[in-house]
Amino acid sequence: MGDAWARFRKNRLALAGLALVGVLALTTAFAPWLAPYDPARQSLVEKRAPPGGKYVLGADEFGRDILSRVIYGSRVALLVGVLSMTIAVGFGLLLGSAAGFAGGGLDAVIMRGVEILLAFPYLLLAIAIVAALGPGALNTTIAVGIWGVPAVTRIVRGSVLVLRETEYVGAARALGAPALAVLRRHILPNVLPGLIVYATLFMANAILLEAALSFLGLGVQPPTASWGLMVSTGRNVLLVAPHVATVPGLAIMLAVLAFNLVGDGLRDALDPRLGGGA
Amino acid sequence: MLTFIVRRLLLAVPVLLGVVFVVMLTVDLLPGDAVTLMLGEHATKDAVAKLRDHLGLDKPFLVRYLDYVGQLLRGDLGRSFQQNRLVAAELSDAWPATLELTIAALLIAAVVGIVAGIASAVWPNSLFDGVARLFSLFGLSMPIFWTGLVFIVIFSLWLHWLPVGGTGSLTHLILPAVTLALPSVAMIARMTRSAVLDVLREDYVRTARAKGVGELWVLGKHALRNAFIPITTLLGLQSGQLMGGAVLTETVFSWPGLGRLMVKAIFARDYILLQGAVLVFALAFVVVNLLVDLSYGVLDPRIARQG
Repeated sequence: MGDAWARFRKNRLALAGLALVGVLALTTAFAPWLAPYDPARQSLVEKRAPPGGKYVLGADEFGRDILSRVIYGSRVALLVGVLSMTIAVGFGLLLGSAAGFAGGGLDAVIMRGVEILLAFPYLLLAIAIVAALGPGALNTTIAVGIWGVPAVTRIVRGSVLVLRETEYVGAARALGAPALAVLRRHILPNVLPGLIVYATLFMANAILLEAALSFLGLGVQPPTASWGLMVSTGRNVLLVAPHVATVPGLAIMLAVLAFNLVGDGLRDALDPRLGGGA
Repeated sequence: MLTFIVRRLLLAVPVLLGVVFVVMLTVDLLPGDAVTLMLGEHATKDAVAKLRDHLGLDKPFLVRYLDYVGQLLRGDLGRSFQQNRLVAAELSDAWPATLELTIAALLIAAVVGIVAGIASAVWPNSLFDGVARLFSLFGLSMPIFWTGLVFIVIFSLWLHWLPVGGTGSLTHLILPAVTLALPSVAMIARMTRSAVLDVLREDYVRTARAKGVGELWVLGKHALRNAFIPITTLLGLQSGQLMGGAVLTETVFSWPGLGRLMVKAIFARDYILLQGAVLVFALAFVVVNLLVDLSYGVLDPRIARQG
């Protein structure tokens, strides 16, 4: 791990990403103190105020401060991201290790299920789930989480299948160690690096997906400040006040970029053999 | 080759049956009574009973599933109850627009992505490589619904070069297609770069060079042919991304395709239409993946022989 950090530290892009993630974590934690105005405060005389002056990033169609709403929006993005990642990784670990360890019928059933879920084009599975569950932050989180389960299941199962055949796992099993103990002590630590990389890149996708669902009106609902939702409502005044829709989109891009950079950096650092083609 | 094709086709059948199952299940999970949701609070008892009967909601789930599969086999997708039109008719009105958009985007993504990726791999760490990789990073991070809006502001509002939305001419297609293609361009460029770099490190490439084979021939005959297998896989996966992205792009550019129809169906609570639209997308994706599988056989005869 020490080597990995040394390699990560040399990667300037990854460090920049990490710094951005840090900023995101700070705005999430301290939004009420960082936001200059109440994100819900409307001021109809100042509606669509351009950036600069009293409102650094301008005001939206209801005269609400866009900067404050972007800061509060980071809470939605990060919370939905972290929670859906937990769902994806949790269920993926469970299903993947069950399939890999048990093999046979259980493996076949789980993997057919995974194949079916992967047969849905990107976004459409999440849309179908949210359409069924109804809109809202919680349902968005569930939908994004479920979307991530098949890929994690595949990764974990693949690693378990390889590790199951290694001598030390064979030895542990021969000595009578129960499957769960083998899983925890020998398999998980080996799966972990790949999973950390995937989870980081998943955060980027989860933020994009939440924003997309909210943009379509199927995700987080008003008046909550969600970046995707802000772009969506800003669209109505796009031709007269382009900043209302475009500024929150920049926040989405930076957040996604941050997690992508950290994820790429982690991959290069944790698995130097891959080298990321760099 | 023929057994290979038949095998792959047969493998797709259970996946499709599963897709139908999942789609029906999501609609079945609707909280509360689906019919009241569909008709609204003020529906008459008579109307509710009629729709329940029409949807067969009183039958057990498995029976309804088998009914629906049987219906699908006869090409019957049911009736949308908002428009009271055949779902098949609504879908066939919408899909050509989506096909046009996604194929245009796939072409842009493949051509630009592969060319940029090869150039990056041939001149690694050059200025071009640096710029291309930076663009890839941003391309993968920009939400396409936002990119679309930014393009509208720049090219329609400020420059007046291209229309804001709608269909009709080639100029209407440019902005949506480029918007939709961008993340895929980035992904394909990245993948192509690393696939070509990997192949260029192989022994047979060194041997070819040592024999004095020209660099262009090495690239065309040895490197690209082998790099094209991972690239084809990625193109298949990207087509799924493009279909999902089409939902967003069509919404941004008021493009009258399946994606927009689907979003409309959700807001109208027209679940029969939604079911049909999701199925068409999933079917298209399964077919594309099938084509990708089959193309492996053409790209690498060894795979076809293994069946």
